[in-house]
Amino acid sequence: MTRHLLSAADLSAAAIGQILDSAEQMDAIQNREVKKLPALRGRTVVNLFFEDSTRTRSSFEIAGKWLSADVINVSAKGSSVSKGESLRDTALTVAAMGVDALVVRHASSGAVQRIAGWVDCHVINAGDGTHEHPTQALLDAFTLRRRLGDLAGRHVVIVGDLTHSRVARSNVLLLRTLGAQVTLVAPVTLMPAGVASWDCVTSWDLDATLAGKVAGDVDAVMMLRVQRERMAGGYFATEREYAAAYGLNPDRLELLPEHAPVLHPGPMNRGLEISSMAADSPRSMVLDQVRAGVAVRMAVLYHVLAGADERVALAAGVAE
Amino acid sequence: MPGQPAPAPLSRAAGNAAKTVLQPDDVARVLDRIAHQILEKTRGGSDLVLLGIPTRGEPLARRLADRIATFGGVRVAVGTLDITLYRDDLRSHAVRPLGRTVEPSGGVDGKLVILVDDVLFSGRTVRAALDALTDLGRPRAVQLAVLIDRGHRELPIRADYVGKNLPTSATEQVHVSVAEIDGADGVSIAEEPASASASEEPTA
Repeated sequence: MTRHLLSAADLSAAAIGQILDSAEQMDAIQNREVKKLPALRGRTVVNLFFEDSTRTRSSFEIAGKWLSADVINVSAKGSSVSKGESLRDTALTVAAMGVDALVVRHASSGAVQRIAGWVDCHVINAGDGTHEHPTQALLDAFTLRRRLGDLAGRHVVIVGDLTHSRVARSNVLLLRTLGAQVTLVAPVTLMPAGVASWDCVTSWDLDATLAGKVAGDVDAVMMLRVQRERMAGGYFATEREYAAAYGLNPDRLELLPEHAPVLHPGPMNRGLEISSMAADSPRSMVLDQVRAGVAVRMAVLYHVLAGADERVALAAGVAE
Repeated sequence: MPGQPAPAPLSRAAGNAAKTVLQPDDVARVLDRIAHQILEKTRGGSDLVLLGIPTRGEPLARRLADRIATFGGVRVAVGTLDITLYRDDLRSHAVRPLGRTVEPSGGVDGKLVILVDDVLFSGRTVRAALDALTDLGRPRAVQLAVLIDRGHRELPIRADYVGKNLPTSATEQVHVSVAEIDGADGVSIAEEPASASASEEPTA
């Protein structure tokens, strides 16, 4: 398996299949009384978060703990970073404490890749700027696969704030690797720069897309959060206008085929990009996604950390 | 069978002058005997649970359960217990794909659990299985049934039911085939292969 998990593009279809199969087994632990597996006993995982996050961080923390790793959360906000320490020094300092893996979230695109180049331990990207969020794409694929079976030939529509979304890019890369077709839908102002080079169809018309008139029948729709904190740039006139044109309201829910699930990476803005009717309908997979997040991150930690690694053996010798 | 390497027992064994130890008929008779022994030793097997250890312990456990139903008239619960995450050699091999764990209906608490595997070798698989079992619940007692005991134990572990004791040298390889996975039943023994399947040597 790979030494790091930085981008969804690093994973072959076979590697994705292995991770999702493992996640399927890991998920069974949720039904157990003793939620503990010994696979990562003696390993130390640091969640190094330079940006706020609740669900991703706690999901990684639970995943590590259920695999018996020691998990430490370092919120770089209000710590050495605010005292002026550079990214490199912060990363090297934390890594120097003998950790086996860093799970990194950063507001700047590419920051996690830079850190992976500096430190000796494994690095897992938990979201970098507007670039990538590979474990989110994996858990979305896991959720979709459970509902739809094999994803090859399936058609997934991703709707919303694509400019600021790292989820969209990782999902396009991962779903394409698995052979699924992807259509991105957003107002022109929220289409990412360079989207023409992405391996997918783009559209500005949600109704036509959901009705199957743009790129064929739809098998799943993924609504992305409108990031209100980033909406100062005048990307659309009013929230009401956005909700009218791009929100998943009850009428649009009707356009979807019977089998098509609705996904949302959360947190949801009810009434803006997704109506309560859609969020609470039986098609909604939102909570399945959260649950899948733990299983998939367990599988990722297992595949990145559990195997043979001569440097780890060396480090253990030095420690004694 | 997600993630399992496609088994090819015949070609695997063929290159190294494999010697057949048990024919399909022999395997059937051995399983008959073990089923009878289980019924005898457990006095009818009323609170019995069979847990197969993947890959080949899984069909063996199911077959023993069928025989126990035929001979003793009791339908015992069957499950599977994957031990990958409990192995003591995770860090000295490439990442292994996970097998399936299926809890038997009714769980394992207070039951007499019989672990079923194809080959008993170092005993490390059984040690891992005992740990995995502890996380599933608290059985009344645990016993072990194996098709082949080939010796060379590295831990203080022994089987309660043995299909065949097979004296081997440490470098020899024992291959168990079962119809459900390999197309035919059989047990063969071969000298250490040159290279072929070195990555999946059994540490049973």
